[in-house]
Amino acid sequence: MATDPALLRALSEALGSDSVLTAPESCIAFECDALTAHRRTPGLVVLPASTAEVQSVLRIAAAHETPVVARGAGTGLSGGALPVEGGLLLVLSKLNRILEIDPVRRLARVQPGVTNLAISDAARPHGLFYAPDPSSQVACTIGGNVAENSGGVHCLKYGLTVHNLLEVRLATCDGEIVTIGSAHGEAPGLSLLPLITGSEGMLGVVVEVTVRLVPLPERVELLMAGFDDVSRCAGAVGRIVAAGIVPAGLEMMDGPALRAAEAFARCGYPLDATALLLCELDGLEHDVAHQLREVESILRDCGAASVRVAVDAAERARMWSGRKSAFPAVGRLAPDYYCMDGTIPRRHLANVLERIAAMSREAGLSVANVFHAGDGNLHPLILFDAGKSDDLERAERLGAEILELCVAVGGTVTGEHGVGVEKLGPMCSQFGPAELEAFHAIKRVFDPTGRLNPGKAVPTLARCADYGAMRVHGGKLPFSHLPRF
Amino acid sequence: MDRDSTEALIAQVREATARGAPLRIVGGDTKRFYGRAVTGVQLETRGHSGIVSHDPAELVLTARGGTPLAEVEARLASQGQRLPFEPPHFGADATIGGAVACGLAGPSRAWAGALRDYVLGVRVLTGDGRVLRFGGEVMKNVAGYDVARLMAGSLGVLGVLLDVSLKVLPRPAAERTLALDVDQAGALDRLSALGRTALPLSAGSWVDGRLYLRFEGCEATLESVERRVGGETITGAGAFWASLREQTHPFFAGVLPLWRCTVASLAPPLPLGGGPLIEWNGLQRWYRCAPDTPAFAAAAEAGGHATLFRHRPGDADVFAPLAPSIMHVHRDLKRVFDPAGILNPGRMYPDL
Repeated sequence: MATDPALLRALSEALGSDSVLTAPESCIAFECDALTAHRRTPGLVVLPASTAEVQSVLRIAAAHETPVVARGAGTGLSGGALPVEGGLLLVLSKLNRILEIDPVRRLARVQPGVTNLAISDAARPHGLFYAPDPSSQVACTIGGNVAENSGGVHCLKYGLTVHNLLEVRLATCDGEIVTIGSAHGEAPGLSLLPLITGSEGMLGVVVEVTVRLVPLPERVELLMAGFDDVSRCAGAVGRIVAAGIVPAGLEMMDGPALRAAEAFARCGYPLDATALLLCELDGLEHDVAHQLREVESILRDCGAASVRVAVDAAERARMWSGRKSAFPAVGRLAPDYYCMDGTIPRRHLANVLERIAAMSREAGLSVANVFHAGDGNLHPLILFDAGKSDDLERAERLGAEILELCVAVGGTVTGEHGVGVEKLGPMCSQFGPAELEAFHAIKRVFDPTGRLNPGKAVPTLARCADYGAMRVHGGKLPFSHLPRF
Repeated sequence: MDRDSTEALIAQVREATARGAPLRIVGGDTKRFYGRAVTGVQLETRGHSGIVSHDPAELVLTARGGTPLAEVEARLASQGQRLPFEPPHFGADATIGGAVACGLAGPSRAWAGALRDYVLGVRVLTGDGRVLRFGGEVMKNVAGYDVARLMAGSLGVLGVLLDVSLKVLPRPAAERTLALDVDQAGALDRLSALGRTALPLSAGSWVDGRLYLRFEGCEATLESVERRVGGETITGAGAFWASLREQTHPFFAGVLPLWRCTVASLAPPLPLGGGPLIEWNGLQRWYRCAPDTPAFAAAAEAGGHATLFRHRPGDADVFAPLAPSIMHVHRDLKRVFDPAGILNPGRMYPDL
């Protein structure tokens, strides 16, 4: 698709030609996010440096009926920032100023291109931090975190992005600025803030974010337990939570994942274990001391083969380093890996892991499992070789089957990575036509002509009919009333 | 016992849609005063009642919308758990669906979070008789727009809450309430200083010249808090906190309009008479003042907003006015879920 010269001229006039990229060799750098299996080259890339410039871009795009895809740092894992072929990509990385850290009201007001970690870094001198910590926190931006409702290892106790947002200023598809939520947390009218959070850039473009900051804990402890049986490890997770303890982080890795992490990060994991549990406790001195004793006893009671408490902050960082680098570590085991993101009720953990192992054997593709056990959020990593003719397709098929399994046990096809383009198919398993139609109607409320990040997050009914034709469940076709394509 | 009356409710809503007749959604009718008055045929949800599932290790409870709030809380208490946002009942018959629809939270709000923060999933009956399911029973779920949390505080204008799934949490090992004698400005300062520490505050209210602070944790923690904070340890403080949560405290007696203002925690005292009673670390301030008091303007001036919570005279506005573009979004969302405009019309805003 050739770029409309009038559009280009208008954007260059509004932003200056340095902030409008059109050369294919420049645009190709933005062809994908962290889901690299899907790539499209945008026709032009704009880099506004202020809210007013974002508004100008949106007004000009509206006047030229051009689709707009917003992008932060491009660390998303579901293709949410995949450009429209030949379309306009709105990159928010220049909007990277921290506008305000208010230690008294415990909030930070920032532009969307500020990285997640930069907020905590700026808050730390005041004894505060920003709690959601996706593993890409060094690079990912807060605007992207809002768009994806990002999680992290500390969600169980501190919540997701949606729980830590106070106010968002949003540029609408016409370039108008609206304020959603409020800095003190309560706003009149409907709860629009959660609706915007996780909406994948489909309802508006985030131009300013106010987040809640929380006090740094007085004491932190990290326990590591090795198990020779996955279901015993999963059982320990349930026991800890049922004992009334809400750990700051509760993470599990299976044998292949923990061995890959150990080889990669030399973090001291027990190589003979079949499953590894990391349990972080934080809070006040006495509370943590009390919980530490209790968790240790639960772990031994559940048959842990080894239990180790990190002696100091350095060892704690080392133990976490394996978990935090688990994706790239597993990535070394095969030319390519495909990261899934389903959530299930915790009681099904052991059963689902067994089923995934069986499906992996059947598909002839290895799967390593790394997950936020505390919230039942699985990240099966499917290993494959894109150089082999049908490997990617087989990996995607296995991935879709795993997600359908998550839905079948009462879970969801995406816990924290978003739908993007990746899970449009599996969305058809989770939602019926009535819910999908409601989603499309909500989209039209904010974006009547469908120009913001078109084609993402919510599948069309026609696509679901197609998807259903490929996957027959119990002899029943979903969407059977729709024509097939 | 689970009594599923979905079909009967669908039939009533469809019949009302066909006739274009407004419905007033009623659970326990304990929060009838909250919001604008609705004229319409009553749609009773209390027959649709029961706890559908509660597995303590999952930290999730799912109940029918008409389930008594007291039943939900009793079930949770029996397993050492609770609804951390302390929803007010305002009467024995309060239902969980009504609590979610009103979106109100009690003394712990500033620390534990709002009601909407605990909503994981809903099954909702729309104004044209569709039954839609959003969210689910898992902690993390970003599939589709978050319509489940949109329903929190929607006052029934988008749909009838058939089932709700909520995140629940363990009760703390122990609680301790300390009281200090300070004036309003001193109380706000003290709350702000405490807010910057990691002390386990779970409520902070100022009333009648006293600042009441509630902490939670293990005994050893609470003993160290007592030493660090000082003040008088109040025994049997549960009744005091319940009197704020349920508005049975003498401050709430009488029929003078009750205004709820939410402002920045450190905002200076508002120029309104009759109060305030301060809650939520200074974020929520209650006033008793005459109907013609310019509370909306005063709260807006302080960067917040006001709600005419109780004892509304005539047809006065209840909620602060919205920006025109946001009001437009409200109307359009209403049309998505209730195209005929028959569910609680006017409860939130006159044309919604």
